[in-house]
Amino acid sequence: MNTSNVDLLHVNAVRKAFPKPDGGELLVLDNVNLQLNEGQIVGLLGRSGSGKSTLLRLIAGLSQPTSGELHYLGKPITCPGPGIAMVFQSFALFPWLTVFENVALGLEAQGMPKADIRKRSLAAIDLIGLDGFESAYPRELSGGMRQRVGFARALVVHPDILLMDEPFSALDVLTAETLRTDFLDLWSEGQMPIKGVILVTHNIEEAVLMCDRILVFGSNPGRILSEIGVTLTQPRNRLDPNFRELVERIYVEMTAKRMDTTVNNRTEHFPGVGIGSVLPRVSSNSLSGMIEAVAAAPFNGAADLPKMGSDLQMEIDELFPVAETLQMMRFAEVEGGDIKLTEAGMAFATAAPNERKQIFSRHLLNYVPLAMHVRRVLDERASHKARKSRFIDELEDFMNEDAAEQSLRAIISLGRYAEVFAYDDETATFSLDNPS
Amino acid sequence: MISTRLESFVFIRNHATRWDLVAVVVVIGLMAFAIDASRGLFAPLTQLDMVPLSLDIVNLPFYAARTTLRMFAALGVSLLFTFTYATWAAKSPRAEKLLVPILDILQSVPILGFLSITVVFFMSLVPGRVLGAEFAAIFVIFTSQAWNMAFSFYQSLRTVPTELSEAAESFQLSPWMRFWQLEVPFAMPALIWNMMMSMSGGWFFVVFSESFNVRNHVVSLPGIGSYIALAIEQRNLGAIGWAIATMTLVILVYDQLIFRPLVAWADRFRIEQEPGAQIPRSWALNMMQHSQLVRMFRFMFRSMVRFTTRRLPIKQLSTPLIKATPRQDKAWLLALSALVLLAVWHVIHVLIVKTSLHEALIVAGLASITMLRVMVLIALASLIWVPIGIWVGLRPRATAIVQPIAQFLAAFPSNLLFPVVVYCVVRWHLHPDIWLSPLMILGTQWYILFNVIAGASALPNELRDSAQNLGVKGWLWWRRVALPAVFPFYVTGAITASGGSWNASIAAEIASWGDTQVQAHGIGAYIAQASAASDFHNIILGIAMLSGFVLIINRAFWRPLYYFAERKFRVT
Repeated sequence: MNTSNVDLLHVNAVRKAFPKPDGGELLVLDNVNLQLNEGQIVGLLGRSGSGKSTLLRLIAGLSQPTSGELHYLGKPITCPGPGIAMVFQSFALFPWLTVFENVALGLEAQGMPKADIRKRSLAAIDLIGLDGFESAYPRELSGGMRQRVGFARALVVHPDILLMDEPFSALDVLTAETLRTDFLDLWSEGQMPIKGVILVTHNIEEAVLMCDRILVFGSNPGRILSEIGVTLTQPRNRLDPNFRELVERIYVEMTAKRMDTTVNNRTEHFPGVGIGSVLPRVSSNSLSGMIEAVAAAPFNGAADLPKMGSDLQMEIDELFPVAETLQMMRFAEVEGGDIKLTEAGMAFATAAPNERKQIFSRHLLNYVPLAMHVRRVLDERASHKARKSRFIDELEDFMNEDAAEQSLRAIISLGRYAEVFAYDDETATFSLDNPS
Repeated sequence: MISTRLESFVFIRNHATRWDLVAVVVVIGLMAFAIDASRGLFAPLTQLDMVPLSLDIVNLPFYAARTTLRMFAALGVSLLFTFTYATWAAKSPRAEKLLVPILDILQSVPILGFLSITVVFFMSLVPGRVLGAEFAAIFVIFTSQAWNMAFSFYQSLRTVPTELSEAAESFQLSPWMRFWQLEVPFAMPALIWNMMMSMSGGWFFVVFSESFNVRNHVVSLPGIGSYIALAIEQRNLGAIGWAIATMTLVILVYDQLIFRPLVAWADRFRIEQEPGAQIPRSWALNMMQHSQLVRMFRFMFRSMVRFTTRRLPIKQLSTPLIKATPRQDKAWLLALSALVLLAVWHVIHVLIVKTSLHEALIVAGLASITMLRVMVLIALASLIWVPIGIWVGLRPRATAIVQPIAQFLAAFPSNLLFPVVVYCVVRWHLHPDIWLSPLMILGTQWYILFNVIAGASALPNELRDSAQNLGVKGWLWWRRVALPAVFPFYVTGAITASGGSWNASIAAEIASWGDTQVQAHGIGAYIAQASAASDFHNIILGIAMLSGFVLIINRAFWRPLYYFAERKFRVT
C-alpha cells in the first residue's frame, strides 16, 4: 500500500460538550487530534462511552464540535457532503426500499441522471457481491447481506473517506470474519473508490487485523490515550506471535490507564465522601463467574486478560467492567493486561454459597464507598428507610444523571446479593427490612 | 403461608406516611362524590319533571359528578363484558366463529343510530323510576365503550406467549388462576389503552344519552349532556362555555387520578420492553404506593385473589381435550349460517315491506354524500397534520409538549363545541353543507396527528443519520424517508379518524340553535331526523345503509391499506 502524504482529513483540538438540564455541560470529547492520510485505515478503539462514535459523527458532518476544527481536503467540514460516507452498526437500511433503491438513494440525492444512477448502483452492488439481490427488501436478507448493502450504499457515491461505526459488531462471528476479509481484499486490490478509512471498534483483534494505525480512546471525558502503529503485512494472521504480542500490548495499555482513572482519581478528589466514582453495572453472577474462571485451571489464580476474553467469548466492553469491579472490591488485582486473584478472591472461589455471601458483604461494605454510605444512612435513621432520590441527588454532585442512576442500580444489585440492604422498586426505597 | 400472615401486620406496624394524608383526602372526596352523584336514583321518573334542569352554574359540579359516575358505571359494565365475551370467544373455537365477526361489525358500525330503539327496552325494565332511564343512558355509553376493549382483550388472549402458556400448563394452574395470574396481566397494557380510548368515545355519547325522547316525552337526566342540550335550547352561549370548562377540568382530573396511574402501573406487565422507551410515571401512583391506607386495600384485594384461588380446584392432571369431530363442526357452521341468513332476511323483509326502492336509492345517495364528505375531510386533515406531525415528532422537545395536548384533544368530546360552530353558521348564514362538515372531523383529526407524531419519533436515529449522510434533502427526503416512515402509523390514525367521523355524522349533519335548525345533506341527518320522528323503518334503513357503507369501505380500502403498510413500511 503506497502512502503518499496528502492530508485527507485533519482533526485539530476538537472538543464536544452537551448542555445539561441543570445548566452545566457534559464533556464527551476533549482535545482530540487526528490525521488521516491517503491509503490508511485508522482505528478508533475504546469502550462504549469513550466518545469515538461522537467523533465519527463530527467527521461525517452530522454534528458540530463545541470547539476545534475538522478539515476534509483542507476545507472545513460544516455539513454532510458526498466525499465522506458512513457505514452503520445496525446497517440503517430503509426497510421500505429495495436493495437497489437503498443503494441508489445517495446518487438520487445528488440529482444524477437516471441512467447513470442505474449504471453506478449496479456496479456497486456487483462489487460488493450482491448481484441477484437487487429487488430484495432488507427484511428478506440475513445480517451479513444487509451490511453488504450498507457498504454498497456508502461506496456508490465514490467517497474519499469511508467511516465505519462498529460495522461488524451486530453480526455473528463467522459472518463478521467473512465480511472483514472481503473488505480487506477489495481494499488491498484497490477496487474500491475510497482513499482512506476510519473504523470505530471496541474489538481489539479487529483493530489489529484491519488498521494501519490504532488510536486508543479513554472515557470521562473521551480523549485519545495513545496511538499505536501496526506494521504487520496484510493479510494478517491472528495466530502470528507478532499479532498476539500487539493485542497483548493494547490490552496492557487499556487496562493500565483505565483501572487507574476509575478506581482512584475520583475518590482522591473527594476524600471522606468517596462515592463519586461511577460504578459499572455488573451482576454478581458475572463477578463470581469470573472469580471461578480465574481460580480454575488452567489459570489457577492468575490469568492473561486477552486469553480470558477469547476463552470466555467476552468483548472488552463486558470483560473490563467485571475486572474493574473485582479490583475495586479487592478480590483481584489487574495489572499489565493480567488479572490475579487476591487471597480473599481465592477464598471466595472455594467457599460455600453462604460463606461467599459473608465474604462478599464484608468486602462490599469495606471497599465500596457507595455501599458503605447507603448502609450508614439506613443504620442512622430510626425508620431504617431511605428514598432512592436522596442518593441520586447526592451522586449528581459528582456525575450526570444517567451515571448516577447506573451507579445506584449497580449498588442495589450488589447490595441485594450481599443482603446488606433491601430495595423496593415500587416505592423506590432502600430499607433494612431483610438484612442478613 | 407464614410470610402472608406477617404481611398483614406490616401496615399496622409501619407509620403512616405523608402520602396517607393525601390518600385520605382523595378517598373521602371520591366517596362524597359517589354519594352526591347517586342520590335520587330511586326517585320516581316524574321527579325529573318536578326538579327541572337549571343553567345555574352552581349545579354544574353536581351534573358533572352524575355524568362521570354514569361514564364509570358504563366502563365497569364494559369491563365485565370484556372479561366474559372476549374470554369465551378466545377459549371456544366454535363460539369464536360467531362472536368475533359480531364484535368486528359492532366495532365499525355507528351505534349512535340504535339509540332510540334500545332506550324503550331499558325504560321498561324499571318502569316509572329514574333508575330505568339511568340504565338506558349507561347502556348507550356502554355501546360506545365495550367493543374495542373486548377486541383488544380477545387479541391479547390469543397472543399469550407460548412459553408462558406452557409454564402455566406445566404448573397445573386452574383456569381461574391462569386467567388472573397470566392472561389478565398480559392483556393489561393494551386493555388500559383501549379503556382510555373508550372513555373518550363515551364522552361523545354522553350528550345524546342523557336527554332522549320516549313516547313523545323528553326525559332529561341531570348531567352535563342535558345541561348542554338545555343551553342550546335557550341559546345560552355563556352556559355552554361553562360546561366546556367543567368538562375540561373533569377530564384532566380523572386522567391524572385514574388513567395516568393505571398506565404507569400496567407498565410492569409489558413482556417486551422497547429499548429507550420512556417509562410512564404518575404522581398519583406514587401516592398510592407510598400510602399505608392504599397498601391495606391492596392487601385485601390480594387476599381475595388467594382465597378464590384456593377455593377453586386445581386443574385435573389428565383432562382429556374434547376434540370436536369435523361433522359436529360442520353442523355448527350450518346452524350459524342459518341463523345469520334468518336475521338478514328479517331485516330485508322489513325493508322491502315497509320502505320502497326509491327510498333506498335516496338513502344510498345521501350515504354517498356523507362518504364524500368524510373522504375530503380526512384528506384535508392529512394534508395539514401529517407534515406538522412529522416536524414535531422529529424534535423530542416539541413532541413532549405537543403529544399530551393532541391526546387530550382527542379525548375531549368535540360535540361540546358544536353549538359554538352552529351559532356561527346561524349568525352569518353560512352554507350548512359545507360549514357543518368540519364538525365531523373536529374531534377525530387528532388521531391522525398523534399517530404521525408517534411514528416520526419512532424513526431510528441511525436511519435519520444515514439519510443526512447521503445528503437526502427536500422532496426526496419526504418521499423516500419521512412519509414512508410514518405511513403505517398514519394509516392507523386515519382508520380511527374515519370511523369516528362516520359516527359523528349523525350528530354533526343536523344541528340546532334554539329553535333554528340547520341541516346538511347526508345520511347522518337522515338518521337523526328519523330518530326524532321515531320512524323505526327509516331508522333501520338508514343504519343498514350506513353500516353497509362503513363495512365495505373498511374491508375494501382501509384493511388492505393497513396490511400493506404493516408489511412494507413498518420499521422493525
